[in-house]
Parts: sequence; structure tokens; C-alpha cells
Amino acid sequence: MALTIVSQIFPREMIPAVLPLIEDKLQHSKEIIRRKAVLALYKFYLIAPNQVQHIHIKFRKALCDRDVGVMAASLHIYLKMIKENSSAYKDLTGSFVTILKQVVGGKLPVDFNYHSVPAPWLQIQLLRILGLLGKDDQRTSELMYDVLDESLRRAELNHNVTYAILFECVHTVYSIYPKSELLEKAAKCIGKFVLSPKINLKYLGLKALTYVIQQDPTLALQHQMTIIECLDHPDPIIKRETLELLYRITNAQNITVIVQKMLEYLHQSKEEYIIVNLVGKIAELAEKYAPDNAWFIQTMNAVFSVGGDVMHPDIPNNFLRLLAEGFDDETENQQLRLYAVQSYFTLLDVENVFYPQRFLQVMSWVLGEYSYLLGKETPEEVITKLYKLLTSDSISSETKAWIIAAVTKLTPQAHSSNIVERLIQEFTTSLDTCLRQHAFELKHLHENVKFMKGLLPVDKSCEDMVVDASLSFLDGFVAEELSQGAAPYKPHHQRQEEKLSQEKVLSFEPYGLSFSSSGFSGRQSPAGISLGSDISGNSTDTGLKETNSLKLEGIKKLWGKEGYLPKKESKTGDETEALPVPQENIIMENVDQIITKKDQSQVLTQSKQEKEKQLLASSLFVGLGSESTINLLGKADTLSHKFRRKSKVKETKSGQTTTAQNMTRSSFSSSSNVTYEEDYYLDNLQDRGDKEVKKFSLNSELLDSESLTELPLVEKISNCRLSTPSLFADNNMEVFHPPQSTAASLANEISLASSLLEETTEHMHSDLMEVCDNETISVSSYKIWKDECLLMVWSVFNKSASELKSANLEIAPAENFKITEQPGCCLPVIEAESTKNFQYSVQMEKPFTEGNLSGFINYQVMDTHSVQLEFSVNLSLLDFIRPLKISTEDFGKLWLSFANDVKQNVKMSESQAALPSTLKALQQELRLHVVDIIGNEGLLACQLLPSNPCLLHFRVHGDMLALWFRSSCSTLPDYLLYQCQKVMEGS
Amino acid sequence: MIKFFLMVNKQGQTRLSKYYEHVEINKRTLLETEVIKSCLSRSSEQCSFIEYKDFKLIYRQYAALFIVVGVNDTENEMAIYEFIHNFVEVLDDYFSRVSELDIMFNLDKVHIILDEMVLNGCIVETNRARILAPLLILDKMSDS
Repeated sequence: MALTIVSQIFPREMIPAVLPLIEDKLQHSKEIIRRKAVLALYKFYLIAPNQVQHIHIKFRKALCDRDVGVMAASLHIYLKMIKENSSAYKDLTGSFVTILKQVVGGKLPVDFNYHSVPAPWLQIQLLRILGLLGKDDQRTSELMYDVLDESLRRAELNHNVTYAILFECVHTVYSIYPKSELLEKAAKCIGKFVLSPKINLKYLGLKALTYVIQQDPTLALQHQMTIIECLDHPDPIIKRETLELLYRITNAQNITVIVQKMLEYLHQSKEEYIIVNLVGKIAELAEKYAPDNAWFIQTMNAVFSVGGDVMHPDIPNNFLRLLAEGFDDETENQQLRLYAVQSYFTLLDVENVFYPQRFLQVMSWVLGEYSYLLGKETPEEVITKLYKLLTSDSISSETKAWIIAAVTKLTPQAHSSNIVERLIQEFTTSLDTCLRQHAFELKHLHENVKFMKGLLPVDKSCEDMVVDASLSFLDGFVAEELSQGAAPYKPHHQRQEEKLSQEKVLSFEPYGLSFSSSGFSGRQSPAGISLGSDISGNSTDTGLKETNSLKLEGIKKLWGKEGYLPKKESKTGDETEALPVPQENIIMENVDQIITKKDQSQVLTQSKQEKEKQLLASSLFVGLGSESTINLLGKADTLSHKFRRKSKVKETKSGQTTTAQNMTRSSFSSSSNVTYEEDYYLDNLQDRGDKEVKKFSLNSELLDSESLTELPLVEKISNCRLSTPSLFADNNMEVFHPPQSTAASLANEISLASSLLEETTEHMHSDLMEVCDNETISVSSYKIWKDECLLMVWSVFNKSASELKSANLEIAPAENFKITEQPGCCLPVIEAESTKNFQYSVQMEKPFTEGNLSGFINYQVMDTHSVQLEFSVNLSLLDFIRPLKISTEDFGKLWLSFANDVKQNVKMSESQAALPSTLKALQQELRLHVVDIIGNEGLLACQLLPSNPCLLHFRVHGDMLALWFRSSCSTLPDYLLYQCQKVMEGS
Repeated sequence: MIKFFLMVNKQGQTRLSKYYEHVEINKRTLLETEVIKSCLSRSSEQCSFIEYKDFKLIYRQYAALFIVVGVNDTENEMAIYEFIHNFVEVLDDYFSRVSELDIMFNLDKVHIILDEMVLNGCIVETNRARILAPLLILDKMSDS
């Protein structure tokens, strides 16, 4: 009973305390106890996977347990672990297959049967695991073909639960490396499902079809009639599932029909969640495959009017970006915009119709930017319309702000401006501060028409105005303040830390005393003071240069919060005076207004700029998503003519003659469509590139040094290259060996190893390890543990007598690593029997115990076919751990400033009971730096690259070792603890 | 993964509810009423799987009692559908012809059974004899 409770509710902190007890229970004689113990461990794994790492071997034992229940329980753990990292458990495939074979073959006790089907849920679980294991892996998949075939055959019984198994089987068959016979059988199964009169089966069939279609779209053709029937099914759930399926097979040819179906469904459904979901999909499809401008705008109009205010804000943003940035073809752009303006113009003409706020916002933006395209309609008319909107009560003040912005843009083009004046009059007295601000802006701009025209040029929405993000105009002021003795500005996080460390100094007083033997607490404060005063002297000197970053380190004890406060006030005061030109004008003229208003307005104008930036940024990232769809597009196009046939069937069936027109048009323009899409993507990519560069430079100015930006990283790398010894700098890029005509490959390898040694004597490095080879090349890799990063070197040795062309080595991006290619990696030619090195520096982005880095090399032999060879390398946390050389005092300070700590007692074996030997082992294996040893206590420090320090304090009592980790990173201590335990057990 | 397990009668009264993912108490009632509404509005020839927000509902009706299970989209709907039946069979076995009243007055036992079968959102045991074994031991203890 207690074990059941454990597996239901359990706090993370108590795991170390009860873990040994539960481990004992794994050996219990009663099967139910063992089963519960496994489940309790599963719970532990769910809440804190890194704390049960050392008992993975016990899970394996549970998997081989003689009792079915215990085995089944362990499957849950495996499913979870395999989901996270399937490659580590490939060796277990055999056992899973055997288990499934036994289950399917009816070898289990009879009481596990459910309606004479042997343990159906167990089968499903196993199938799921196999599916995960066999994904994209031919060798593993081959192991399971037999058993899958068997289970497909066995599950012929006419019962619901067998259908569930079949469904899972089909799922697995399609996710593993394909085998045609099995695929055929699975397809037949799906056919049975879809055609079944039972509605639940139909649903299941559709779901399977949706999944399968991603791999094999031809299957949809076989069932096209059924799909069409399902589309008109009375049950909305079936309908929705069918739409989901259609969404997957959409391409440039069938888009009009599919989107129409989706819109129909959209008009019927009422539930908010469905609307949001569906609207997003339609917008995505419309952007991707739109056959022509008119259709695109109309569809988007429908989306906006139905989706209204609940839809995702990205959709209108994307739409506007598309309009603004346009395509390569300028006339196409103009047409699109013109059409948009016209349609909105007419939409606004219609009386007594309420549009959602978002839609109105989009409309007003488009009209504001592009109504000059209308030509014959003068801007006055547009302004009149917008004014009418403004005065209606049904719209929110946010929308009103959009509209006023549009009016402001239009005003310079207008000739007479009665309405504008009326508008100004009305809204300068508005209660809403935001609107009032906008109105005042308009008013002052209006007074100075020439300036206004310069400020608001026509059709320049894409070009960014230069915003001085670094606030460099403040530099002088700050320097002056500093020279008068004001404290330098500290960024928010530093202030926070200060506060924390101050608090901690107070509350940890007794603890500090226990350290007094090391003598640091006594010396701490004078050191702090001298350090602080030193820096304050410095700060005035460096103030001028460093005001951009406004960050000086080490000022912890002297300048407290009170020093910072007045500074901030003076700064904000300064900002209001020194705003960039346009805002300054406005604010200078508004000086008579109260100060609070002024501050607010400043915030507003700033936030407006911010918003613009955000809009750009968001559009940037969405571009990323659309990139991946290029592949999809290619796939879909190959099938296009089949689908065209299909959609014609659909048309004749539902008698929609209107779409036939569209269809023929789309088939005419299909070829041009494709190019048009490609252009669009190219354009997208290019744009993104530009923006990223812009963003990087911006960020570097801000010195935010977020790990996202690449620029600081590049700097770092160049730095690290500079700092490496000259020996390394000489030939760190590549090692050329003169062609050795007689030398065998063995000899070559030796020479390689020697060159390797020569090059890396300055740093520790691992042994050469072969990662993959074939008849022409062999690839080996080794790690160099440099101080700043982990340098992975792949040596490619050409065994053949001919030279290899366009050899290229690529490393797949991994989620936990940041990989940077050292220059000179893509070498066009590898001469015969020579070796070349490829270097990558790797940094860890978030801690973990083991990760996998995979990549491939491709090359061409004598202008013939190109060959690709895949390989992978395991990296462990230890590769990123470096000693942190600090003094005992620094250790004490750091110790107090870290919040995350982990304590654990570890048993030591007899041989290592002495402290020094343990320390030595830790120092060697984990590359920890021994800071100090006091009696039976030891202090160790290390850092996880790039800069995550972790401190370890430990104490020996008899044969127990009390480990206490502290770090600024929350997960690092857990991982280190695990490594420590491994070292202890190993030695 | 199973997110929640609900037993409701036709009047919309919740008889049993169990959540495998944290949901705030006041949100639970809201969720339950919405779930029940969507289940009750469906006829018997309609599909027993409903998409609701970001998860799926699988329901089965036994006389006046609905059993609704909410799962995320990685779960096999049909397997859960049959699992519900398995659960009812176990109840039937234990109470011998289970009725709504049995569940109302022996809620603790129903909970024990459910806990044996589902843990942390996973189906852990479907063997009828094994599910009931701990419960029968408990009964024996309370008798003696």
C-alpha cells in the first residue's frame, strides 16, 4: 500500500531517502511488491530522471522478470526513456520482439486474456516501443518485421480491442523503416477501418490515414470516395478528422476546394478552440499555396471576419508583413496591395456590419499605407471613412489608435484637411491618454506639413527607421554624472544578485563561522571594500567608453541600492529631454503639460517603436517555419495531377460549378505558381538573413550577451584562437600530409596520431576513435578539451588511390549543443592516401549527462556518384567540465551566491576511505579543481562551459562521504552528483 | 497519456473523478460540466471520441452512467475505449452486477480499483484477478 502511495504522490526532495528501500523491494519474493516497486521507480523517473540514473541496470532486470506484471510495469519506464533517446536502447529491441512474440503467441497465463485476446494493452505498449525504436533504422526494423506480420495476422478477430491493436500495428509499420509487404497489409487494414459501418472504426481509420498519408499520399487515392463521404458526414467529429486529413494533402492545385470546405466547417462550428485552430490552418495554407491575389485576399478576409478576435495574433501580423514586404515581382506586389485596398474600401462602404477589431486594425493599416494606389479615390475619402469608423462606439480604443495612425499617414497626401482638423479637435480632449497622445502627435505634425512629409514617406513601411538602441546620446551625461561620484548603473539581474547576496550574508552567518578555519570570513569584508573602491576609481575613467554596457563588475558591498536609485531618476529625466528628433518636437511643445503625462507619452512612443520591432521579429521567426515546408511542397507536387482528378470528382459530386472555373485556372497557372512560391520562399530567406544581421548588430550594441546571438560567440572563438599557443595557430586548420605512395594505411594512421599529438600537446585530448569507414575513406574522431570549449576533430583519411572531390563534412544540429564550424572545413579535394581534419567547437547549451552528436560526410570519387557516410559520436557532460581555479575566499563568496544545491551521502569502499585519494580520483576523472582541504572537509570547484560554475563541498565520516553541490544552474548539481557516484563506484 | 477519468450520470452529477495532471479545483467543475454537456449531446450512432480543446474525450455509456476519459493525442482511442469496458467488467466482478448505487456507496473501493489499473496516466494492470487481489485482502482484514 505504501508503495502505491509513493507512486502517486511524492515530493522530489525525498527521493534520496527512500530510494534504497525501494531498490531492496525489487528483490522481494512477492510479484505484486516487485511490480509496485517498479512503478514507484517509474514515478521517480518522471519527476527527477537524473536521480535514478544509476539504477538503470535494475530496470533491465525487471524487464526480464519471470512475472508478466513486473515486466509490463517496466515497459512504462522504457517507453518514456526510449521516447527521449531511442538510440541508447537499440540493443533491447531483440528482447521486446521476443516478449511480443510470446504475448501474441498466447504464451501468457490465461487470466491475462481479455475477451480471448492475450494482454491487448501490453501488446499495444510493446508495439509503441517498437515503433519508436525502429524509426529510420533499417537494421533494428528488420528484427521486428516478423513479429509485426504475426500480430497483424493474429488480430483478425472481430472485436474492438483487436482493432485497437491493429491500429497500433499500422502506426508502427508506418513509422519504422518501410517494408513493402507489411505496408500492403497495413494499407489493407486501413481500408477495412475506413469502410467499416461502425463509426468508431471509421474514426480510427481516418486517423490512421492521416498519419499514413504523410509517408505515402497515394493511399488517399484509394479511399477518395470514402473521404468525400466522410466530409459530408453528419457527425462533426468525423468531419473534423477528415479536414485534418485534407489539410495534410493540400497543395497548390487543390487548395481552393479544401479551404472552401474548411471555411464551411468554420462557419458552422461555435467552439472557440476549434475556430482558433482551424483559422490558423487556413491562414497557413492560404499563405503557402494561394493560387492568385484575389483569392488570397478574399480568403484572408473570410478568416479575419470569422476568426475575429480569438485568433492567434501572428496571423494578422504575417498577413501584413506579406503585404508590406511583398515578393520579388513589383507589379505582383502592387496588384496584391491594390486588390486589398479595394476590397477593404468596399467592405467599409457596407453599412451596419460589425467587423472584429483585429480585422478593422488590419484594414486601417492597409488603407493607411497603400491607399495611394487607388489613385482615383482621393485620400480625403479614405479619411472620411476612417473618421466615420472612429466615431462609432463599437470599436475598442486600441483599434482607434490604429485608425488614427492610418489617418496620420494619409494626412500629408490629402489636400484639404477639414476632417483631420475636426478629428484633432475631438480627440485632443479624449479621456483615453493613448488616443490623446496620438491626436497631439497628429496635431503638431499637421502644423508642420513639410516635416511631416519627410517623416511619413509613401510606401516606406519596410524600411526601418534608425533607432538608437544603445541610447548613445546619453553617454556624455552619464560620464558627467560618474565623474561627480554617482554610482554606475547596474543591470537588473546584478541588482537582484546583490540583494540576494546581502540577505544571504546575514542569514548564513553561522555557516560562515564553520568555515572560519579556512580564514575567509574574517578577511572577506576588507577584501570587498578594497575591491569596491578600486573599481569605483576605475569607473570614472572607463565611464566614457563603457556607458554602452553600463556594467561594471565587482561592486558588491560598497554601492548598495540607495546608490542606484537617484541615478535612475536622473537618467529617466534625461531621457525625456534627449529623445530622438520627432518625439522631441512633440514633447517640447507639450512642455506645459504635467510631467506624468510626459513620462507616459514617452513610454508610449517608445513602446510603439518596440511594437514595430516585435512585429518584425515575430515575422522573422515564422519565416523559419515556412522554410521547412519546401520539402513538403516538392512531395505534394509530384502528386498534383492525381489530386486534380480527385477534386474534379468531388466537384461533380457536390455540383459546385463555381470551383471548376478556379480549378482550370489553377491548372493553367500551375507552373507559374510553383515559381511564384519558390520566389516567395527565397525572398523570405533573404529577408530573414538581412534582419538577423541587423538584429545581431543591435544586440551586440546592447551588450545583452544573450546566448542567442552569434556575434559574441564569434568573437569568443576568435579570441580563443588568438590565445592558443603559436604551435597550434600554425596548423590548427588542417593537416596536410604529402602523398605517401608506399605507406600502408596503418603507417598513415600512426603519422596521423603523431601529428595529432604534436598539435594538441597543449591541451588534453582523447584517443583517436574510428567512427565510420568504408572502402575508400575512414573517419576517426577525437576530442580536445580546450580551456574555452570542446574541440571535436574529425580526421578523414582517404584510403583509395584516387583523390576525392567535394568532400564535405556536416554536423547535424543537436538540441543541447551549440556547434561552430572552424573555418576551412569544406575542402574541395582530398588527395589520395592523405588525411584531412575537420574541426568543430562544441558548447553545451543546457546540462545533461550524455548526448549524441551525429553528422555525415559526403564526397565524390573521380567525378562519379557522390557517397554519403553517416556517423555519430557520444559526448558526455564531462567533456564540458573544466577545473575552476579559484581561491578559498572566492569559493566562500560564490558558495553564498548560488541558490541551487543538492546533498547526498555516498558510501565509500575501503580502498578510498582516505580523503586525499578520493580527492585525487575526483580531480582526475571529473577534472575538478581542489580548492582547499581542511581536516576532513574538502572544497572543489569546476565549471561547465561556457560559464556555469559549480562548487562541491564534501566531508568524510567514517566510510560515508557527504557531498554537497551548489551551482547557479539548477540541473547541473544533479548531473555532477551522478558522475561523482560513478567515479566512486568505479574506483 | 490519460489526463482524467470521470464517472457521471445522466443528470450531470459527477460520481467519481480522478485527475492525473494538476488541474485547479475551481477549473475542474467547469471542465466537468463542459465535458458532460458535450457527451450528453451526442447520440448513440455518433462516434464515441470527441475532440475537446487540446485533448480527446473517450466516453462509453452504461445505463444511466457515463464514463469519460480524457487523453492526449498520443493515446490510442480504441484501446482506451476497451479499457473502460475492462474497468466496468472488474467492477461488475467485484460488486456482482454493479449499479450506480454501488459506486456511490463504495467510492473508496472504486478508487482502489482504479488506482490499481491506472497510475500516473498509464494503464498499469488489466488482469482482473490481480486488480482485485489487494482489495480482497483488505476486505478479509476488515472482516476478521
